[in-house]
Amino acid sequence: MLLIRCPYCEEERPELEFRNAGEAHIARSADMAATSDDDFEKFFFIRSNPKGIIYERWRHMHGCARFFNAVRDTVSDRFLMTYKAGEPKPAKLPGAAK
Amino acid sequence: MKKYSVFAIAREAMRGHKGWEEQWSSPEPKKDYDVIIVGAGGHGLATAYYLATVHGITNVAVLEKGWLGGGNTGRNTTIIRSNYLYDESAGIYDHALKLWDGLSQELNYNVMYSPRGVMMLAHNVHDIQVLKRHVHANRLNGIDNEWLTPEAAKEFCPPLNISRDARYPVMGATLQRRGGTARHDAVAWGYARGASARGVHIIQNCEVTGVKRAPNGAVTGVETTRGFIGARKVGVVAAGHSSVIMNMAGVRMPLESYPLQALVSEPVKPVFPCVVMSNTVHAYISQSDKGELVIGAGTDQYVSYSQTGGLHVLQHTLDAICEMFPMFTRMKMLRSWGGIVDVTPDRSPILAKTPVPGLFVNCGWGTGGFKATPGSGHVFAHTIARDDPHPINAPFTIERFRTGRLIDEAAAAAVAH
Repeated sequence: MLLIRCPYCEEERPELEFRNAGEAHIARSADMAATSDDDFEKFFFIRSNPKGIIYERWRHMHGCARFFNAVRDTVSDRFLMTYKAGEPKPAKLPGAAK
Repeated sequence: MKKYSVFAIAREAMRGHKGWEEQWSSPEPKKDYDVIIVGAGGHGLATAYYLATVHGITNVAVLEKGWLGGGNTGRNTTIIRSNYLYDESAGIYDHALKLWDGLSQELNYNVMYSPRGVMMLAHNVHDIQVLKRHVHANRLNGIDNEWLTPEAAKEFCPPLNISRDARYPVMGATLQRRGGTARHDAVAWGYARGASARGVHIIQNCEVTGVKRAPNGAVTGVETTRGFIGARKVGVVAAGHSSVIMNMAGVRMPLESYPLQALVSEPVKPVFPCVVMSNTVHAYISQSDKGELVIGAGTDQYVSYSQTGGLHVLQHTLDAICEMFPMFTRMKMLRSWGGIVDVTPDRSPILAKTPVPGLFVNCGWGTGGFKATPGSGHVFAHTIARDDPHPINAPFTIERFRTGRLIDEAAAAAVAH
């Protein structure tokens, strides 16, 4: 089981308290009706599914219940960092030497 | 290829078993092939086998980054069934089930297909409605499936706890009698032997690191850890890593990869006569011919390539197993492992041509690809050979996520994920 740091509670808590909410930084169109089929497919279905660094959303369901973002390595499952929703995608990652 | 038979066993017994030949050869890769299959799992090897036997295309290489059948083919719980809800799914899974029957004879290799029956349990009113709907839909598609009362379910599978006091009481079950299990390793080995005997090159420890394309966009071959290998057609059958390979060709996929776990108990005498699945409490169980209980658990909730998975996922499944089968509460578990499954948004596979000329993909089987192995290889070989899908896999395009023509087994609820 993963240990996840909630950036709002500022605490590392077991994975059971959290729900993964999929890839982060996918912007929903402000005008869905005007979205083309191609763009809707990209937004709704296409995922980067990286083998390596992933930017993903989590929700601290059984804690503060808030959404936040995390950076994780999908090979080792190690979290590099977590940050609050709405903050920009971090340009530099801690400990991402490789 | 020397044929396996009772006479071969007798002959070898006389000669101290010194005359058995290698089941498949391990040639050096050639400079180029007509077709390259990426991934030597069951689906990839079956594709190569049917390219050779049905379409006469034998200048084929199957590239494998690890060892043959070492991915999900050797990690699944070997369940075979075709009781899917939608017509398209029924078509492809039942196509596979028909090929399972007789596969050992076709391959001259005992894949130990055992149609011992697959039972799916209903624990609440919703389950009953959904499973009965499946029974009716299956029958309309000519697929056997029947409804059992709790008592009839218990008669078919005596270890089942049908007490009304259970946390999730059994309120009924469906039974597909043609469903069952097969020995997963033998499936990979049998297809590999058959393909190799017809001239297909199986190249293990050869990881694809890039997909080469001509200026007009068409595939010209793949970069590998053993150098560039050319091909006019490339079929990607890489399960959890399919999106990684497709990205190399510049195609982004509607896929996410998750760890899926399974475990086996210590081997015991035959105690469990069939396959039982419960999607509501999330547990599947059967007994292998070696005697181990083979138990399937769920996926983790996050994208990962770690081939492990969380312990709590296993615990959850074992809770359910002990609840349904109290006789197993003191059974010791021997091993557990994870495999990486590639899941599509509608939980149906993609077997199709891609926007890249000469590039084909067979992926997205999610948590249930093993059962489809023969059918998947058969129609994918057709797709590659003719450059046009077989009618059975024609609906399983990539484009369905743009057009909205989904095959939404995800919403069909009674399909295990």
